[in-house]
Amino acid sequence: MADPRLVNLTVNGRMVAVSVEPRRSLADCLRHDLRLTGTHIGCEHGICGACTVLVDGAAVRACLMLAVQVEGRAIATVEGLAGAAALGPLQESFRRHHALQCGFCTPGILMSAHALLSAEPKADRARVIEVLSGHLCRCTGYLPIVEAILDAREAYLCGAAEPAGKGK
Amino acid sequence: MKFPPFEFHRPGDLPEAVDLLLSYDGEALPLAGGQSLLPMMAFRLVAPKALIDLSAIPGLDGIELNGDSLRLGALVRWCDVLCSPVIANAHPLLVEAVRHVAHYQVRNRGTLGGSLAHADAAAEFPAICLVSDAMIDVVGRDGKRCIAARDFLLGAMETDLREGELVAAVRFPIWPAGRLWHFREFARRSGDFALAGVAMYCDPDRQAGVCRNWHIACFGLGEVAQRVDAVEAFLEAKPADTAHIREAVLIAQRHLVADGDIHAPAGYRKALATELLGRGLNEVFKAVAGGDG
Ligand SMILES: Cc1cc2nc3c(=O)[nH]c(=O)nc-3n(C[C@H](O)[C@H](O)[C@H](O)COP(=O)(O)OP(=O)(O)OC[C@H]3O[C@@H](n4cnc5c(N)ncnc54)[C@H](O)[C@@H]3O)c2cc1C
Ligand code: FES
Ligand code: FES
Repeated sequence: MADPRLVNLTVNGRMVAVSVEPRRSLADCLRHDLRLTGTHIGCEHGICGACTVLVDGAAVRACLMLAVQVEGRAIATVEGLAGAAALGPLQESFRRHHALQCGFCTPGILMSAHALLSAEPKADRARVIEVLSGHLCRCTGYLPIVEAILDAREAYLCGAAEPAGKGK
Repeated sequence: MKFPPFEFHRPGDLPEAVDLLLSYDGEALPLAGGQSLLPMMAFRLVAPKALIDLSAIPGLDGIELNGDSLRLGALVRWCDVLCSPVIANAHPLLVEAVRHVAHYQVRNRGTLGGSLAHADAAAEFPAICLVSDAMIDVVGRDGKRCIAARDFLLGAMETDLREGELVAAVRFPIWPAGRLWHFREFARRSGDFALAGVAMYCDPDRQAGVCRNWHIACFGLGEVAQRVDAVEAFLEAKPADTAHIREAVLIAQRHLVADGDIHAPAGYRKALATELLGRGLNEVFKAVAGGDG
């Protein structure tokens, strides 16, 4: 077994150092070492999208990255989307549109949508559906999720949402 | 599943990476985007002693257009291909193909060097290299080699790469103005690997109403992407009509090799590939007649 290594990273704007074995996935590092259990793990091989987080602003599968690969990088997880007291505008929109039922897929979808709308606040329905195709949801049938994301565009256009990539 | 244990190295240049790979006697693997290798490790299909992370090696992510070729570094990611104005002009067929690779989230990590080395039968990028007569630059113990895509892709997950060798870059010949192209694949869901697909291009001679320099490849149906040389030769300078399309499809049926698996039987895949081929030829011929590029 390989020796643990110290990895320095920023998570939701906070600098942290964790000691991990090379085989530790970023998803497990977030959940077990940093106790950020908002990031979910479904398939552990890149299919379901539940583990999606942002690395330097780009949506990626946290189950398909090693913690040792994010040295010096800025990670954003679902915990960073909301303020201390209130939900973020994307989350508000999900609530308004009943875009979640069991909520298992939700953190990953929120992070993909956050990355998308931060970069492309005018994304059209086809683009939203394309990005959403990287996620599996067994409950909602996707339609309310599409509506929620489209409805949240306003907040990103007028700057009410914190852009992805700044960590928090 | 969790990954099996391994040692981790992040070399700062190519020679160091090659040395590290060799020092493990074939039991170390390079890590690029990790979007194929890490799932394989999660399934315990491979359990390397060490991973050699290529991300800190400078100069592997370049997109350069010079004189006679478009050169793409091995670490160029799918998302880089999709947002590059240079590639949009220099290889529109490649851009269209990459739109079909995986999902938004996977495209932010996956690299074209990794796709070539992984050599999945249904992967789009190796098929585009094959159809475009791309050259693959590899670096190893004995220095550099340049390998034609045709000789590089040997079978399902099998390439000409030798122990300790790394893909450094892929070079595509220049894409002339006016070239006609077509790409189509069939997958059960967007982002899934294709059950079959086709990529083609040719250079039209609009006055004569014919096309020359046909390049056609099918992928997803067999072990490895296949050039259909017999169809290319048949179509050379043939008038653009439906009789020739029908004949081309029949020739393709005789030459393409298909395998079945749990997703689709061989006969279905072959029928799909030849149908896509026929439709593609139809589109290209329409463009010759209509004069739109
Ligand atoms: C959900 C999902 C869907 C996908 N769908 C598709 C799809 O539709 N089409 C498609 O083409 N791909 C698909 N992929 C695979 C994806 O495109 C991978 O990114 C790609 O195949 C491998 O690139 P990588 O950079 O991730 O390589 P890695 O996973 O890092 O490596 C893959 C293999 O190549 C070797 N390697 C990597 N770089 C080099 C190099 N420079 N020199 C020598 N060897 C090297 C590694 O050792 C390993 O054996 C999908 C992946 C996922 C997770
Ligand atoms: S847990 Fe990462 S994609 Fe399913
Ligand atoms: S809300 Fe249950 S999986 Fe999406």
